[in-house]
Amino acid sequence: MNEHNRPHTSTEGTSMKTREASGPSKMTARSLWENLKDQSASELIIENLIRLSGISVIVVVTLIFFFLLREGSAAFLDIPLRQLFGSRWYPIEGLFGLWPLMVGSFWVTIGAVVIAVPLGLTTAIYLGEIAPLWQREILKPFIEVLAGIPSIVLGFLGWVALAPIIQNLGAPSGLTAFTGSFILAYMSLPTIISITEDALYAVPKEYRDGSLALGATQWQTIWRVVLPAARSGIVMAIMLGIGRAIGETMAVMLVTGNAANIPEFGFGALFQPIRTMTATIAAEMGEVAQGSLHYNVLFGIGIVLFVVTSGINLLATRLVGGRGKRRPGGRL
Amino acid sequence: MSNPKPKLSIQNLFFTYGDETEALRNINLDIMENELFILFGPSRSGKSTLLRLMNRLSDLSEGGQRQGKILFNGSGIFSRKVDVINLRRRISMVFAIPTPLPGTIYDNLTYGLKMAGMRDKATLDERVARSLQQAALWDEVKDRLHTSAFALSGGQKQRLCLARSLALEPEVILLDNPTSGLDPISTTIVEQSLHELKQQYTIIMVPHSVQQAARVADKAAFLLDGQVIEVGRQKDLFVNPKDQRTEDYVTGRFG
Repeated sequence: MNEHNRPHTSTEGTSMKTREASGPSKMTARSLWENLKDQSASELIIENLIRLSGISVIVVVTLIFFFLLREGSAAFLDIPLRQLFGSRWYPIEGLFGLWPLMVGSFWVTIGAVVIAVPLGLTTAIYLGEIAPLWQREILKPFIEVLAGIPSIVLGFLGWVALAPIIQNLGAPSGLTAFTGSFILAYMSLPTIISITEDALYAVPKEYRDGSLALGATQWQTIWRVVLPAARSGIVMAIMLGIGRAIGETMAVMLVTGNAANIPEFGFGALFQPIRTMTATIAAEMGEVAQGSLHYNVLFGIGIVLFVVTSGINLLATRLVGGRGKRRPGGRL
Repeated sequence: MSNPKPKLSIQNLFFTYGDETEALRNINLDIMENELFILFGPSRSGKSTLLRLMNRLSDLSEGGQRQGKILFNGSGIFSRKVDVINLRRRISMVFAIPTPLPGTIYDNLTYGLKMAGMRDKATLDERVARSLQQAALWDEVKDRLHTSAFALSGGQKQRLCLARSLALEPEVILLDNPTSGLDPISTTIVEQSLHELKQQYTIIMVPHSVQQAARVADKAAFLLDGQVIEVGRQKDLFVNPKDQRTEDYVTGRFG
């Protein structure tokens, strides 16, 4: 979001440096002029390179969007909407109902959020506000390691370790929406924890002192002063965590059972096999004929995901309070 | 006032921070009720540390080491039995950098009271009005109590922070440089209100300057490198200091 502003800041930095370097020298008028010419030439090159990389981001995003539209729009044009949002996903019989996949993604994501948000926030609060230094120094590396575990490894763990436990609890199969949620929760935890902790860290120490000096307890201080002051950062942490959960594919494919059926609504839904939108694309893309309707529908799913993720990002910006405001652009 | 017992009595107090900085070395001070007591000295002399120990905000600094006693109304504040939260309601502190809490002016003033469990609207309103009047802020904000406290000017914020401590009706107020960054007019307003406040409260203050110390003090202690160099009544200390170092500092030869 801020990429367009950053280039200008860095040009400012470069030009300042060069200007300082040439400032106090005792050069003759001629060499000073030469120097200035060189300087403005390199300045021009650098500025344009930076501009180019800024513009390339816009170009790439636009291209991606048009590619998705080109490949996927047929799905929305050729298939009647009622069938497209129907409840049966049987591509071989020509039935492309996206509803089960959406419901699957929904349950897995909701489950992940329900597990990850409270766990992530409390961990961050503990780390940032309560834990003594030595505990923090032990805990933080662990969280960094958690962030570094490849998602497929977590998926594998879910498959061999978590799934049997869930099956023993009485679910028809260990590979359920909940298994996926659990794995996803742990995948998004490091994001939520570290961003929330940063947000807490940014709250001025004076707020805490002020609150405590007025006779508030530590918990009252955290709940009434620190958390509200860090609100926007925390919302951002949650949204980025959710973003990670929705987009994740392989691990989820491994542990959710991949059954494209609509689970009955309610708590039990979490303990039935489901299939997510991302997993469907990953699993079937290799088998479809390019240009076929099935192929178009898979890209259609991509469009749906794109819209949902953009929606979440937009919501995050709104909630954070920026309301789409941009900093003024930099110009020398 | 016939009671000769000190309100606060600091006895053989030592404090060392987690990074092994010796902040206080053997402090002994008695502070009487309704006294305006000044702690002054160059920076890093331990004034703020001493203030923060008096309502146990020093509990927050990790690895800090403490020795000695502070008696409040005759009983030790570092004892395990002491309810720290209650202590901080009775010995309230106002910081050098005025930091309103996020929220309205009214929220700021009622925060301490609400945290103490007070819900009665009438009492809250009354305390808000009274503490704002005591801090000489009432006339300026009475029409916008429910607007953000961040919109106030620097001097108003400082008085707001003072007022929100007063709202708790403490017995002792600790003021850590309450006029830092204030213009002369606001400083005068705050100093005048101090004279009225000490009728009701015991005030311990780290001043902005030696001049301010001399203007407002009943009694003062000169601190240097974590030690009390000299304690005395305003006339003695600022006019006829006994110790050469005090004289040098008071007359501006160093510091």
